[in-house]
Amino acid sequence: MTPSVPTPLAARTPPLAEPSAWHEISLTVNGRPVTAQVESRLLLSDFLRDRLGLTGTHVGCEHGVCGACTVLVDDEPVRTCLILAVQCRGTEIRTVEGLAPGDAPLTSVQQAFHECHGMQCGFCTPGFVMTTTALTEQSDRPDGEQVADALSGHLCRCTGYRNIRRAVCRALDERFGE
Amino acid sequence: MSHDSHPHPHGDGSWIGRSVPRVEDDRLLRGNGRYVDDIALPAAVEAAFLRSPHAHARIDSVDVSAALAAPGVVAVWTGDDVADLPAMLNKEELRTPPGLAELLDPVVRMTPMPLLAADKVLYVGQPVAVVFAENRYLAEDALELVDVRYSPLAVLVDPERSLTPDAPLLHEELPDNTAVTVAARAGDPDTAFARAHAVVSERFEAHRYVASPIETRAISAQVDPYSGRLTVWSGTQTPHRLRDAIAHTLGLEPAAVHVIAADVGGGFGQKGILYVEELIVPHAARRIGRPVLWREDRNENLTASSHAREQIHRIELAADSEGLIIAVRDRITVNFGAYNMTGLVVPYNSLCHLLGPYRIPNVDIDVVGVLTNTTFATPYRGAGRPETVFAMERAMDRLAAELGIEPEELRARNLVGPDAMPYATGLVDRSGRPQTYDSGDYPELLRRAVAKADVQGVRARQRAGARDGKHVGIGFAMYIEATGLGPFETARIDIAPSGRVRLAIGAPSQGQGHRTSMAQIAADAIGVPFDVIDVVGGDTEATPFGVGTIASRALVNAGNATHRAGRLVREKIVEAAARRLGVDADGLGLSDGVVTSKEPGGPSIGLAELAGRAPLPGTPEPVDGRYGTEISETVHFRPPGFAVSAGAHAAVVEVDAHTGGIEILHYVVVHDAGNIVNPMIAEGQVTGGIAQGIGGALYEEMVYGPDGQPRTGTYMDYLVPTSSEIPDLDMDETFTPSPMNDLGVKGLGEGGAIAPQAVLAGAVEDALRPFGVVVRRGPLSPSRVRDLIRTADRT
Ligand code: FES
Ligand code: FES
Repeated sequence: MTPSVPTPLAARTPPLAEPSAWHEISLTVNGRPVTAQVESRLLLSDFLRDRLGLTGTHVGCEHGVCGACTVLVDDEPVRTCLILAVQCRGTEIRTVEGLAPGDAPLTSVQQAFHECHGMQCGFCTPGFVMTTTALTEQSDRPDGEQVADALSGHLCRCTGYRNIRRAVCRALDERFGE
Repeated sequence: MSHDSHPHPHGDGSWIGRSVPRVEDDRLLRGNGRYVDDIALPAAVEAAFLRSPHAHARIDSVDVSAALAAPGVVAVWTGDDVADLPAMLNKEELRTPPGLAELLDPVVRMTPMPLLAADKVLYVGQPVAVVFAENRYLAEDALELVDVRYSPLAVLVDPERSLTPDAPLLHEELPDNTAVTVAARAGDPDTAFARAHAVVSERFEAHRYVASPIETRAISAQVDPYSGRLTVWSGTQTPHRLRDAIAHTLGLEPAAVHVIAADVGGGFGQKGILYVEELIVPHAARRIGRPVLWREDRNENLTASSHAREQIHRIELAADSEGLIIAVRDRITVNFGAYNMTGLVVPYNSLCHLLGPYRIPNVDIDVVGVLTNTTFATPYRGAGRPETVFAMERAMDRLAAELGIEPEELRARNLVGPDAMPYATGLVDRSGRPQTYDSGDYPELLRRAVAKADVQGVRARQRAGARDGKHVGIGFAMYIEATGLGPFETARIDIAPSGRVRLAIGAPSQGQGHRTSMAQIAADAIGVPFDVIDVVGGDTEATPFGVGTIASRALVNAGNATHRAGRLVREKIVEAAARRLGVDADGLGLSDGVVTSKEPGGPSIGLAELAGRAPLPGTPEPVDGRYGTEISETVHFRPPGFAVSAGAHAAVVEVDAHTGGIEILHYVVVHDAGNIVNPMIAEGQVTGGIAQGIGGALYEEMVYGPDGQPRTGTYMDYLVPTSSEIPDLDMDETFTPSPMNDLGVKGLGEGGAIAPQAVLAGAVEDALRPFGVVVRRGPLSPSRVRDLIRTADRT
């Protein structure tokens, strides 16, 4: 059987806990089914990064404040450092790698971040992009307060936020019309 | 503001001056960044450090036996295990430039830091032991099993207390807790003070805060079994220095160590110095025989990676009856924390930026760098300048109040005028030369800031009185920054057989967009399209020498090295084409990657054809005795002096006297960084700097208890501003090219961060004038603002 997602060279697999601490989970990641054995305490962030090699999801604080580790779990933005992999059984997860796989053109959200210079070092960017993607997928255009609220869950130390706000506005304009 | 409204520094420049979209974005937006922790090293072990829970203690014993027996543990080291390696010293940083040494005779006392503390710990967070295990979970499990016995010692947190004669010694080999002293005088300050019409004397404190890049520090290392060479990935701003330090520590040739700073998730100075973890991890990769990875967690970053900013200024200004400042005196105390990591850098930056854009003939400044039982402090974006600007600008505001002059008017009267440029302050700069401002129009900066800020409107609102306890205020602050610090930076340009151009620079990027801006410079200098250029930075194999991306120096130094290398390569290309075409080089021009005869209808040859001559059977002998692929140039640009940037900030705030909450209603910045290569990137740098400054002014503080325990070890209590706290900025700029370099550029990475603390303190003080409040310290958290109002009420 071919693996459903690429296995990275260095899977930092926790190998040595009690058998009772292990669980089999099946879930969908970026549209592909994944089945894996995970230890109970394995964070979703480490599962994605170390086990699946999806390193686009970044870890900046490991206590739920910086937002860099945000992915979409069943279409909702979730901080992967605050949730265990085992809790994600049966869910559908989207990470930044899933937005425009391979050479596919960037999504309008990614494109907006590029055009508005909404990124410098790029470390916080996947988190912002995933949250903004969720905003564009709502059925109605989020109002200013909802946007502000969503953005306030993310820290960026480089850009001063101005261009990130512009990028989010542009992405929303693109999606819902100006 | 339109991004294309900027002047082009060179008439022929088609790329410089344009907001070229960043080539680095696509990869980062797809999640294809390669930050240290993203690089998969087969069979790597992960390290976790055991850190001191005490601010000052003797280590009586360390027992690692239980940890060693824990599941998945590969090795556990304590101080004894690395006792054969030299203690760490940021050697480069601690060297005093000869000119400065002769003129000022500063005292700089070294304090080497043990790789792992063996006898004594000096701050909470100091590494005491390290566990290597199959993964981080297991390494952290084992940390809890390391048994260390400590005997606590008396703790020093307050730098002024550290200086008292009966204070316990941190480093027993030193005579006291002073790490650095330096002083400078100009004119006759004592006489000037004696004759002054007005004098203000104040004590201002810059509080302690931290760079806090969103990517924490990280390092990994592996030995190549084929060559035996050590490859190290590090989120460092100074890869060449790290390479040399690793080589020195491990007793290797620098060429046996390859350091790569691939993607780095923000640095801001915190990643610009050397840390013991960066020496231990490569050592472990060799000793354990497996790749080793360490990634810091946020708590470690906040408590055990370098801090910044804490200074006390006892400043005095003397003025005549016209409001002209005739003298300044300042006694500056810098809290270095437990180790002297960067010597004179911060103290001297504070000293030689105190005068700012002002003409002050009589000067008397003393700086002392003090050791305390807190995490060591090093440069953070601005490196000593925000602190000194806070003191000077606050003193200006106090003097304005004393003289009954509007703060902006007092500043205007004292500015160095454009006709005085180049302007010598009477002090010496950081490289020991007479301190000279190369160019700038400071009055124009202030004029524009005042015009944008609507002072009259604010004053009218103030006259109308506070509504619902909400008070409006306005503040101004100005700064200058000596940018483009030497001694040199490297650029190497190679033409590939395909005709593509490879540019390698010594300065890595932590988000500054070098791949784009440096390619713009190279494209113009050589005469090739922007998109044939590939830029490599932060790799010690790509350029054997380099300094790094610190101190607003990359664009000035690496940019000008690139420009010169590009010009030289251009000449070589044209010469090679002339020989190939059998014509005179003078008759040829190079643009868009094609060498063309200036005569209409003359011959032409593209770069690919010229460079693509590989030594294969049937290939004609190269005309110049060399193959095209060898067209290359390496340039080390050595700046002849500092390129001095400047700026004026203005802020209008509304302070709620009931809650102490502050809202920034309007933030104006007018800056001058000479010619601009990529206006979009430049604006991004300024904006990001100001956001960090606003964070420091209003929210961020690294707090210690009297026992030396950090109280702000997570993002729950160390408050980094979010999008909601940072307003849009009202930006304007002037362009006075620097005569210090061919491109006429000045550094701007730090500028934005230098003035916000001062300008917001001024604005809040102005808003709270009815209460008679004086702001002497930040951050201006609601509780501190309420305290100010309460205590001002009583006095
Ligand atoms: S790493 Fe998850 S929120 Fe910061
Ligand atoms: S771009 Fe660097 S943290 Fe946001």
